Amino acid sequence: MKIFGIPVFPEQASTFAKDVDALYFFIFATSAFFAVVVAIAVIYFGIRYHKTHDGEIGARIEGSLPLELLWSVIPTIIAMVMFGWGATVFYHLRRPPAEAMHVYAVGKQWMWKFQHLEGQREINELHIPAGRPIKITISSEDVLHSLYFPAFRTKMDAIPGRYTELWFEAQTPGEYHIFCAEYCGTNHAGMIGTVTVLEPAQYQAWLQGGGLEGTLAERGAKLFNDLACSTCHLDTGQGRGPSLKDIVGKTVDLQDGSSVMVDEAYLRESILNSQAKIVKGFQPLMPTFQGLVSEENLVALIEHVKSMSPNATTATVPATGAAAATPNPAAAAAEKK
Amino acid sequence: MLDKLKIPERHYLNNGHGLASWLLTKDHKRIAIMYLISISVMFFLGGLFAVGIRLELATPAGDFVSADAYNKFFTAHGVIMVFFFLIPSIPAVLGNFLIPPMIGAKDLAFPRINLLSLYIYWIGGIFTLYAMLSGGVDTGWTFYTPYSATGSNSNVVPVALGVFIAGFSSILTGLNFIVTIHRMRAPGMTWFRLPLFVWAHYATSLVQVLGTPVIAITIVMLGVERGLGFGIFDPARGGDPVLFQHLFWFYSHPAVYIMILPALGVQSELISTFSRKTIFGYSFVAFSSLAIAVFGFIVWAHHMFVAGISTYAAMVFSFLSFSVAIPSAVKVFNWTATLYKGAISFETPMLYAYGFMGLFAIGGLTGLFLATLGMDIHLHDTYFVVAHFHYIMVGGAIMGYMGGLHFWWPKITGRMYSEFFSRIAAILVFVGFNLTFLPQFVVGYLGMPRRYHSYPDEMQVLNVMSSAGASVLGLGYFLPVLYLLWSLKNGEVAGANPWGASGLEWQTQSPPLTENFIEAPVVDHEPYEYEHVVAKEKHLV
Amino acid sequence: MSNAVAHADEHAHAAHHPALQHHFDTMAQQKEAAVVGMWVFLLTEILFFGGLFAAYMVYRIWYFDAFAEASRSLSLFWGGLNTAVLIGSSLTMAMAVRCAQTNKRTATVNWLVLTMVLGTVFLGVKVIEYADKFEHHHVPGYNFQWAAHEAPAAGEHAPAALAASEGAAAAEGHRELSLNADQLQLTTQIYFSLYFTMTGLHALHMIIGIGIMLVITWMAYKGRFDEEYYTPVEMAGLYWHFVDIVWIFLFPLLYLVERHV
Repeated sequence: MKIFGIPVFPEQASTFAKDVDALYFFIFATSAFFAVVVAIAVIYFGIRYHKTHDGEIGARIEGSLPLELLWSVIPTIIAMVMFGWGATVFYHLRRPPAEAMHVYAVGKQWMWKFQHLEGQREINELHIPAGRPIKITISSEDVLHSLYFPAFRTKMDAIPGRYTELWFEAQTPGEYHIFCAEYCGTNHAGMIGTVTVLEPAQYQAWLQGGGLEGTLAERGAKLFNDLACSTCHLDTGQGRGPSLKDIVGKTVDLQDGSSVMVDEAYLRESILNSQAKIVKGFQPLMPTFQGLVSEENLVALIEHVKSMSPNATTATVPATGAAAATPNPAAAAAEKK
Repeated sequence: MLDKLKIPERHYLNNGHGLASWLLTKDHKRIAIMYLISISVMFFLGGLFAVGIRLELATPAGDFVSADAYNKFFTAHGVIMVFFFLIPSIPAVLGNFLIPPMIGAKDLAFPRINLLSLYIYWIGGIFTLYAMLSGGVDTGWTFYTPYSATGSNSNVVPVALGVFIAGFSSILTGLNFIVTIHRMRAPGMTWFRLPLFVWAHYATSLVQVLGTPVIAITIVMLGVERGLGFGIFDPARGGDPVLFQHLFWFYSHPAVYIMILPALGVQSELISTFSRKTIFGYSFVAFSSLAIAVFGFIVWAHHMFVAGISTYAAMVFSFLSFSVAIPSAVKVFNWTATLYKGAISFETPMLYAYGFMGLFAIGGLTGLFLATLGMDIHLHDTYFVVAHFHYIMVGGAIMGYMGGLHFWWPKITGRMYSEFFSRIAAILVFVGFNLTFLPQFVVGYLGMPRRYHSYPDEMQVLNVMSSAGASVLGLGYFLPVLYLLWSLKNGEVAGANPWGASGLEWQTQSPPLTENFIEAPVVDHEPYEYEHVVAKEKHLV
Repeated sequence: MSNAVAHADEHAHAAHHPALQHHFDTMAQQKEAAVVGMWVFLLTEILFFGGLFAAYMVYRIWYFDAFAEASRSLSLFWGGLNTAVLIGSSLTMAMAVRCAQTNKRTATVNWLVLTMVLGTVFLGVKVIEYADKFEHHHVPGYNFQWAAHEAPAAGEHAPAALAASEGAAAAEGHRELSLNADQLQLTTQIYFSLYFTMTGLHALHMIIGIGIMLVITWMAYKGRFDEEYYTPVEMAGLYWHFVDIVWIFLFPLLYLVERHV
């Protein structure tokens, strides 16, 4: 929305935008109502009861319990409505649908690096199709960042050592801002970019234009060989490491008697801190790859492992958000406060 | 009658001359004056950095100063304003000066600790200013890890140390107030006869005493991590950067209430005095201060809704955050009801009180947006947040401070300032403030992130409006320096009770004696009974 | 500062206690103020250490094995000795307060001196333990080295019998570790970071306590206290007991992480 050509309201480019804006107008209207009532009362009293002569004093009114209750209870009820509505929108924002298209983002001082499963890699630019839920898994190579799409009304912090995620469904083709919202040092303001929402057909065309290195999973497969992962992790299950075929989304038993669901967080931990959770029946022989694999290559490897489980429906960070993502290099996953 | 008024022969200001009589004083009033001077210097210093920020943001490109310099500007602005101006402002100046006479005491319970807290404040200030001058610090006042622990190449440790030291000043002030309010009340001054200013300071002191040590230890942990290479928050050393945020906000959210609660106390005094009417719902106003202080401790994670906390934790903290809104709303409604059938006049302090009502209401109501989960995801770390907390901390706390300063100035100095200029300044502050910060709500909803050195072109108009408003605001803050200083020599003599106020502090001469009262007062009536004030004035005539 | 008017008022008793400050009406009021103030201060201190305990809690849950492993390198002998010494010093402190209350000057001084001696013994033991950590590169930072499965580090300083029994205990309690050297290197460092921050701050509090006690002992020696006025001794006592209690928490949290096995 623009007034005299000056934008005063951000574009509504995602399904959330409408939800969030509706909530915004509700809170705005309620707040404005109370503010105006108080303002009128205060100004009216100021004029009506203006002191007229020296020594005049106000009426002796000590208070009123019914009034106090009234103006405690009504705001409480209104606040609860706001809370409930806000929580509902939020819950929706935190639950990516299973069929969401997956993109990886890595924050690094001072740029955003995006990787598509099809292999396209972009810096400070992101191309996505309209009308399809997009899930972005976010990590950071150095300090805190926050991936922010104002036109989609969503953001999420990038936290070094963990995966976090956000999702949205863009609706209106066009170009919108990408910001880094969490202060990250000198060139924080330069960590901005453009998200381009394309019509699905255009998006397909765009996909054809890039991806010289093959898909993300193919790049991961190459890394899988280059890093000699494939010498131990044999598909037959006869190798020194467990077979990675069809494991994603399954629960595996660990050496210490516990078990774990194989998801992105577990795969990440197993690559970076290979000894943290050893699968039952295997020796802790695998070296750690902490510092040897960049965040970008890490997601390629994870995509490759996921591609070996074609039937897995969910391989994502559990929907409780980043909370359950394993802290690096945690020996035990910890539910954060 | 007025022309007969004279400054009393003996008062705390002429009881001893020379620098030593000030630097070694145990008189809470002289300590308050020294605080007043110190925080005023800090305020204008912090303001200078704000000027730098607004100048930079007048154009979309980062062309006024470098990105590094800009980052150091907003960090310096935040650190100085929060830790060295807002937190000590009302408590250390007005609270220090007024709590003993308000409750009929000769001094605070621990006068030497009071002086010590001032010295600690100075030492902390010197550390911080040294760090700023010798290169500055660029982490933002929030010192988020891992950037502050490993990323930044600036003077993090000296600044953190300065904040750490100043924290003890705050703790000692709070401790002193708690003990004073418990143990130093005059005969007949029961808890429910305490002025609401004192109730507000009691609540503030609880926060100071319980919250400040947590930021202190957090800074120690940050310091050993950065200075000695210990691993605590740095993920590369196995630490959790988000733990820092939990510990930081466990203090820094309640710290907001250290700033705003005393202003709420001032507001209650002003509204009652200038409508010559007892406060509506005294006990509700008193207990709402305590409720705000207590609830303030259980809402900290609403600063972290997008920092990777779990969905359910976020919901709990959102729910709790709304609980703070209720006592705040109760206060506003009670003030409004107090005006009903009052005898209202608009001297300068009342102008500030009216301004406060408006700005605090906007600040509080925009807090609802941020407490609402679905909304905060979009608004977090944007200029909407910046505008919101400036409405509370500047629109609320500084309006309260200015109102209080103008209200008690005749008590502090014995003289009146120019009513004409002070009204102009009050109006300039109100108008300038809204011009500065209202556009920031809009630009925040548009998505402009905070701490940006440059920004997209389409956001320029709103930023220019904000910068223009800031110049009006700056003028409004500078004007009082002139007429208040002028009043010291040339102001009309005020007399003991120029406003016809009801508090005990107005029963003694202006400026008061070192011991506050000639005869130890005995309280025999309820607070805010203006009948007594009028009767006494008639008796005097 | 002139007090021209003060004391000309209604409570001008013939003789004020010399320790009564001008802004208090009675000694009782003055003492109550000090006691309330001290408790509020201790509340502050609890929250100060509370931040560290919160951090400890988080990492202990995350890295329990590393914490267990690292805590084995601490000497139970020295830790236990220090616990006993500190509890003993709380007793002597309580005796000092009691003697001050009953106006026994020499006994007060003696108990205070004994408390300081015990406090110094504690710090001395801490120096031995710290030195050992330096030797074994267990101080977090760039020289930190964690050699897995090493013998209890302080063993050589402890009496032989104890060292032997400790070694045996360590061997018995030895269980399969799910961590390799790299991870131990990283996560035990967190343990030692917390160990040094917590015990270091505790030791700093002890040093401050001993400093305060020096002044108070001197005041007691000069005969400043009597039945009516012994507040400083009592306040120092409260502080000392607090420091003691902090250690009562630190000892099991740092030394006994998994010693119950």
